Amino acid sequence: MAVAVIELAHGTDDLVLIGIQRRGVELAERIAKLIEQQEGVLVPRGALDITLYRDDLQTVGPKPVIGETRLPGDLTGKHAVIVDDVLYTGRTVRAALDELADFGRPKRISLCVLVDRGGRELPIQADVVGKVVKTGPGDVVEVQVAELDGRDQVDVVRGARQ
Amino acid sequence: MAAPLLLQGGRVVDPSRDLDETADVLIQDGRIAAVGPGLGAPAGATVRDVRGTVVAPGLVDVHVHLREPGNEDEETIATGARAAAAGGFTAVCAMPNTDPVTDNQAAVGFIVRQSLRAGFARVYPIGAISVGQRGQQLAEFGEMVGAGAVAVSDDGKPVVSSHLMRTALEYARTFDIPVADHCEEPSLSAGGVMHEGLVATRLGLKGIPAAAEEIMVARDILLAELTGGRVHLCHLSTRGSVELMRRAKERGLRVTAEVTPHHLSLTETACERYDTHAKMNPPLREAADVAALRQALQDGVIDCVASDHAPHAYDEKEAAFDDAPFGIVGLETAFGVAYTELVQGGALTLPQLILRMSTVPAQVFGLAGGTLRPGAPADVVALDVTAGWSVDAARFHSKSRNTPFAGRSLTGRAALTLVAGKIVHDARAAAEG
Amino acid sequence: MTAALGKDLIGLERLSPDQIRLILDTAEPFKEVSERPIKKVPALRGKTIVNLFFEASTRTRISFEFAEKRLSADTVNVAATGSAVQKGETLVDTAKNLEAMRIDMVVIRHASSGAAQFLGDRIRSNVVNAGDGKHEHPTQALLDLLTIRDKLGRIEGVKVCLVGDILHSRVARSNIWGLTKLGAQVAVCGPHSLMPRGIEELGVTVLRRVEEAIEWADVLNVLRLQLERMEAGFIPSLREYYRVFGVTVERLAKAPRALTVMHPGPMNRGVEIDSRVADGPHSVILDQVTNGVAVRMAVLYLLAGGKPELADAAKGPAAGGTD
Repeated sequence: MAVAVIELAHGTDDLVLIGIQRRGVELAERIAKLIEQQEGVLVPRGALDITLYRDDLQTVGPKPVIGETRLPGDLTGKHAVIVDDVLYTGRTVRAALDELADFGRPKRISLCVLVDRGGRELPIQADVVGKVVKTGPGDVVEVQVAELDGRDQVDVVRGARQ
Repeated sequence: MAAPLLLQGGRVVDPSRDLDETADVLIQDGRIAAVGPGLGAPAGATVRDVRGTVVAPGLVDVHVHLREPGNEDEETIATGARAAAAGGFTAVCAMPNTDPVTDNQAAVGFIVRQSLRAGFARVYPIGAISVGQRGQQLAEFGEMVGAGAVAVSDDGKPVVSSHLMRTALEYARTFDIPVADHCEEPSLSAGGVMHEGLVATRLGLKGIPAAAEEIMVARDILLAELTGGRVHLCHLSTRGSVELMRRAKERGLRVTAEVTPHHLSLTETACERYDTHAKMNPPLREAADVAALRQALQDGVIDCVASDHAPHAYDEKEAAFDDAPFGIVGLETAFGVAYTELVQGGALTLPQLILRMSTVPAQVFGLAGGTLRPGAPADVVALDVTAGWSVDAARFHSKSRNTPFAGRSLTGRAALTLVAGKIVHDARAAAEG
Repeated sequence: MTAALGKDLIGLERLSPDQIRLILDTAEPFKEVSERPIKKVPALRGKTIVNLFFEASTRTRISFEFAEKRLSADTVNVAATGSAVQKGETLVDTAKNLEAMRIDMVVIRHASSGAAQFLGDRIRSNVVNAGDGKHEHPTQALLDLLTIRDKLGRIEGVKVCLVGDILHSRVARSNIWGLTKLGAQVAVCGPHSLMPRGIEELGVTVLRRVEEAIEWADVLNVLRLQLERMEAGFIPSLREYYRVFGVTVERLAKAPRALTVMHPGPMNRGVEIDSRVADGPHSVILDQVTNGVAVRMAVLYLLAGGKPELADAAKGPAAGGTD
């Protein structure tokens, strides 16, 4: 994925990796390390919590724990790559695009996800995908990363949701 | 002339004669004709089976506000007298803080006439101590007594001037009427809306300290001693007042006092969540005060129970606590609350309660009633002290609904109330009607 | 998980320690929002909030208004000052009118204790108490708690003394509840003529002199002394008050440990607090103001979706998924 990101960006100039809280942040860190190993450049990373940009506050109620949003300086003129664990309906990415727009005007925004599980509700596609998994609405895709969960693992639990 | 009426088979409790036995009561020509077991019904008599009830002299409430003239939307003499009858009262004394103030012969006469026209419980006017209750010039006690006033009071307001209180006590001696005082030192109570204590501190409400009452109780007792006048202290609420009264009685002073059913049963915690139905003056105090008041009633240190029935329009209590008026209605819950809390609660026997709600208040204010002695006016109540009932303010005969007892389960209510031998309340007929 | 606040925020007396911590934790990310170039998030987009101020207040109203606008809510300010007699009537009618206009939230400031509760009991909208009489001012206490936590890293075990007119202070009552619930040690200090009856029973120590307070405390929260207290005879003069209870540089110099000085504002310089203290190194007064916006954003945000049944639903199966 790191290679694909570099290819996508034609190098590391102006590249900024922005992880979506919470597992996207860890994935962005890992991709940055891999890029550093390969290119010898540590690209700037940011973290984005999209809770306050969700469109479902009225239906699911407030999410009490809001993560940190921290961006490495002004994004104007940069190539921002949004990193997240699972791409599903696309609503999270929609919120992330809205939020990024409030921090400046990147020259380009791309999307990099570990798992694309299909089921989009918005016209959003990832530029870099680790793995495509076909799932139904009743399935749950669980991504675990060592930094948060003690191990790296992706589980697809069929019919986990009623 | 109405047919004789025989109340048959009730438990007759007449504290004026120390009577407590199953007996019949014969009423003839508006008076008690005879009381005894197995009385025969004279020819043409109506016989009413009152087995299972307590037949007692009608209850007497020496402290009510009937709002007429001036605030007939809240209560009238007729609706107040009807509510009284429903509560088992055969006589009530109406405080003079009407609009205009009942401070003259004509105003007293108006109340007497309105009450005769209404024809439920007897309504005795209390005249004002001072003209317009302004606390300056004495009102014409003699003329008011001539028109039917049984006492004087500036209730609703305290008598601030000690000089005025002294002269009122002295002047009232001529007519041998009690001077009833609402004990409140206004510079201490100003702005206060509830008891000064922990609940007021938590709610951020300005308190009225117990001392605001006790200072005036002490003053009035001293003035009673100085003048030899008859002072009657309204709605005592604190244990300190009880102590002052106890000493006054021990010294044989002519001081009497009353306490309300709510001060005997509720505490400051009723004001939680800013319940304006618990806003009254004097305020609801602490548990230790309630205990002292109950003991004082049992001992006779406090002479009688009075309701301080204070109707307010429905929307007046629908306000922030600071802005709501003081007072609650009480005529239709007084006996139930007192019976449930005091008799079932073990503080008083039933005859003691009747003594404090009928015989003694009638004596203190010099009223007919309070006794079932043959020859006395047939002011009688049959009390049902077996069935529980739930307070439903919407069913009050009073025009107002401001009660903190709404929804409470009580035991004890009037089944039948007679004034001068005439039925003025019949729970059975009311239930069927 | 979700510790819902319920429909209204009336006071801290009825909140649990967890609910208070939730508000403080939620306030943290909102601090960052106010540092952004575009200080606005769409969380409360489409919500209508009325700021109903029956009592004049500049800073609390502005702080709420910033909080609302930074959450993208639509706000209307109503400054209603009625006569003493009409106050209650106005409140009932106002409640009915607001209900009829289908607003989502009301922030109310009122001179009568219990006014916020009164309104909350009568309308379906969320009600936030912005100060009711002498009762509570919960968002002020929350911002004070957040400021203490920022400055000292904790609240538990911290010794906080409230100095001044405790009797008439809603800030004092809310602070006492919040601080004691989070495990702080609380004292109050002021003239006994301005000390409410039974205050010790709320779990606080009463200190007689301000010198004792300075010797004892980690934090002094200095309350505003209203001028009318002197006119009403609670204290002889402002000059004497400053001599006896004023928090001055000279007195602070004798503090045995680092002392943080707070003030809910607006300050009477030279009455309860020395200007050199207010502007000096002990003071976190401006941090309090900054935190005020974040805390109010957190409260509004948590109440906005805070219909208890929705919060419960959020705890259900849907919460386990991603996206």
